[in-house]
Amino acid sequence: MKLKFFSVCAVFLFVCSNFGQEKPTAFINAKIIPIVGQPIEQGILLVQNGKITAVGDARTVRLSSDVQIIDLQGKLIMPGLVDTHSHVGEGSGADGSSPIQPDVRLLDSLNARAASLQRAQAGGITTVNVMPGSGHLDSGQTLYLKLRDGAKTVDDLLIYDKSGKYLGGIKFANGTNAIRSGGGNFPGTRAKSAALVREQFIKAQEYREKIKKAGNDQSKLPARDLAMEALVEVIDGKRTVHFHTHRHDDILTVLRLQKEFGFKVVLQHVSEAWKVADEIAKANVPASIILIDSPGGKLESVDVSYTNGAALEKAGALVGFHTDDYITDSRLFLRSAALAVRAGMSREKALYGMTMAGAKMLELDSKIGSLETGKDADFIVLSGDPLSVYTHVLQTWVEGKKVFDRSDAKDYLTAVGGYGASGDRIIHIDCFDDDFGGEK
Amino acid sequence: MTKEFFNAKAQRRKVAKFINPFKVGVLFYIFSYFASLRFCAFALICFFTIFTLNVNAQIAVTGETVWTMAGEPIMNGVVLVNNGKIEAVGSAAQIKIPANYKIVSAKVVTPGLIDAHTVIGLNGYLNQPHDQMALDGSSPMQPELRAIDAYNAEERLIEWVRQFGVTTIHTGHQPSALISGQTMIAKTFGRTVEDVMIIPTAMIAVTLGDGALASGGKSPGTRAKQAAMLRAELLKAWEAVRKADSARNNQTTMTRTATGNPSNNNDNSPNVSNPNSMLNNPPTPANQNATVQPQTSPSPPTDLRLEMMQKVIRREIPLLVTVHRAQDIMTALRIAKEFNIKIVLDGASEAHLILDEIKASGFPVIVHPTMYRAGGETENLSMETASKLKAAKIPFALQSGYEGYVPKTRVVLFEAALAAANGLSKRDALATITIDAAKILGLDSRIGSIEKGKDADLAMYDGDPFEYVSHCVGTIINGKIVSEVTR
Repeated sequence: MKLKFFSVCAVFLFVCSNFGQEKPTAFINAKIIPIVGQPIEQGILLVQNGKITAVGDARTVRLSSDVQIIDLQGKLIMPGLVDTHSHVGEGSGADGSSPIQPDVRLLDSLNARAASLQRAQAGGITTVNVMPGSGHLDSGQTLYLKLRDGAKTVDDLLIYDKSGKYLGGIKFANGTNAIRSGGGNFPGTRAKSAALVREQFIKAQEYREKIKKAGNDQSKLPARDLAMEALVEVIDGKRTVHFHTHRHDDILTVLRLQKEFGFKVVLQHVSEAWKVADEIAKANVPASIILIDSPGGKLESVDVSYTNGAALEKAGALVGFHTDDYITDSRLFLRSAALAVRAGMSREKALYGMTMAGAKMLELDSKIGSLETGKDADFIVLSGDPLSVYTHVLQTWVEGKKVFDRSDAKDYLTAVGGYGASGDRIIHIDCFDDDFGGEK
Repeated sequence: MTKEFFNAKAQRRKVAKFINPFKVGVLFYIFSYFASLRFCAFALICFFTIFTLNVNAQIAVTGETVWTMAGEPIMNGVVLVNNGKIEAVGSAAQIKIPANYKIVSAKVVTPGLIDAHTVIGLNGYLNQPHDQMALDGSSPMQPELRAIDAYNAEERLIEWVRQFGVTTIHTGHQPSALISGQTMIAKTFGRTVEDVMIIPTAMIAVTLGDGALASGGKSPGTRAKQAAMLRAELLKAWEAVRKADSARNNQTTMTRTATGNPSNNNDNSPNVSNPNSMLNNPPTPANQNATVQPQTSPSPPTDLRLEMMQKVIRREIPLLVTVHRAQDIMTALRIAKEFNIKIVLDGASEAHLILDEIKASGFPVIVHPTMYRAGGETENLSMETASKLKAAKIPFALQSGYEGYVPKTRVVLFEAALAAANGLSKRDALATITIDAAKILGLDSRIGSIEKGKDADLAMYDGDPFEYVSHCVGTIINGKIVSEVTR
């Protein structure tokens, strides 16, 4: 009996996994906003093997006879959203023992079944930078995740580079969050915060120098140091710093540190960006903004403005967005772009910010962020204008697989809430229903 | 207004010209001038100029769509504002705008928005100890704490919501203690609490559930203990009312207000005559002092705490009971029934699980913000609760609620917008932050809709007020333009 069950499973799995590979799927009749390139009325998006194989309309895209057609008349397709800063997945980072902990990895804490990950899917987010908190100068290593469906462990969500290394950045913060009046080894002032960070980067430079001098002589290598290894990646430009920073003077401190140590950096939050937009643009440093319902709530965000997006756009800086979930709800991520437009940002740059700009900030722009041939088939289907309050995310697709469908009862529960909506996901393999014996 | 202002300036220049002879000492000329008709005319003009510059400006607000919230929206509507009140409302064809009225135009005009529950004014935007005045942690039950003694009318968050069209707020002590204190109702423009106040003591804030649990062996440490403490407090007040009434009855033949024993009087169902209006007889500062005191001597010493709870027993003031779990909502209903008091359910994340019970109670709901965070005891909340309450015909309003961190306040306009995107009609969503909120606050005869004789509180928008990319372009309170920024 058990053997029979497994063989049925195996057949199902085989069919499932081969389904996408065999046939291309064409999403037709929707308006397509490819982000790179002009919007297409009555467009066609062709997907095969998890990749986009063509984008265009009836005149430019030829459909083969075996193509599976999904008619999305009246709907809108745009790339999956990229959230550059989120806390979905219940991950953790540094503990209270010291202010700088580059060795700590969010990887070792993420709950792949957390309801918050599903909520992000329901909001149209397909790629997310999940970070530890901001109560430290450096709270540890972040993770770039694809919100694939049915993940059983964090491994199922990771994004790998060509060398097989999973991708992520590192979280830094300045301003008030890391300052603790109690003293100990935490900073008591802004200047002390900067000094502590500089000290660690100088140590990392020295550590790198030792490795370089050792050359091929194993005996001369310094003892392995997990914290230093991570910081060497940072100063080598292999790991991007995601820097929580609010006040204009704190923003300038980040630019100063960046100049001194030459790391790659993304400014996160940048509440007072409107005061130093030109400086940010001149430094050629990207900025990811957040739009919240009112100013204040903490001292360093009392001057936060909806005009940050417009000011940065005008200055010529690369502008992205983030949810900082749970500060804002991943399901309403598009609202951030809309509020930026409310305050003067162009629609084009706002939608670019939700997708391509975020992809660039995570250095994934060759794979995601726009609907272009060869890129991952990460896209969302909307019921209307992306910037309208009345628009709903109807479907979310990651690498050619549908991971959210508003017409599905369980997904609908995630999208609007209700009894049981916040519970962890019960894992089931694609083709199985839970009742059929899927692992719980 | 600007036109009159420039006229006044021109007149002032004229004066300067005529004053010159005075400077060189030609007194006779001056006297003759003062007696002249010319001067009289000038004085008259000055008087009218000053008069029209005053608060009592006459304004005609025109809108492509005017949501009066009393009947269907009016296309090409006009609202005449005079002396702080709405003088007339109708279509442009029906209403002739008098020549001296300042004309203000917008695409969409709505009643000034009402936030049925917030804590701004007591809690400030800095979120530092010195500007967080909505909770005193020294004791779990402090109904004597007045919101008016903590309200900062010039707090920046009030300006913030005003710029989105919010003209009235029901604000007060935050839902973080079993009885955290009183709430008040105010307009959102003015320098002092006296300037802005509509109702100084509107409700008493009660919280049941996780939000009001104490730790470290202190009470209330459990839900059952919360209920026991609240019942004991009400029982004490009930006893005091009974004593006061019987003492008075010994001297006079006044009717009883509290009879029987609350614990076994099954007839004490919540007999709310107008469940929509929890504040049928809003107390004013004058009649607040007129609470019933025993006519006998010696009068007991004034007990502020007991005094407030007696008002609850006498059904003069409702409890605003913040509850999220279904079992906590039921506890609130159970206690309200036991003591025959008025309550308003607040938050009510799991209201969608027990709609029938809430409906049967007759009590209204000020439901959590649509975008409220799901987690802990709010884990089962839904963006569709508002539409479910509507379908169940339960009176309800939306709120911005209490926020402990970022954002320090929500904006009810945004919350209603999301409700409109999740099952409520646009009209019903707008009602949750205008007329329906006014009804629950007992102020629907004064605010909440654009009708003749009501306060001239208006909000103006350059498009659908609910759309993310629309703007609030102006706010009028008591006939005065209090915001002209584009927000």
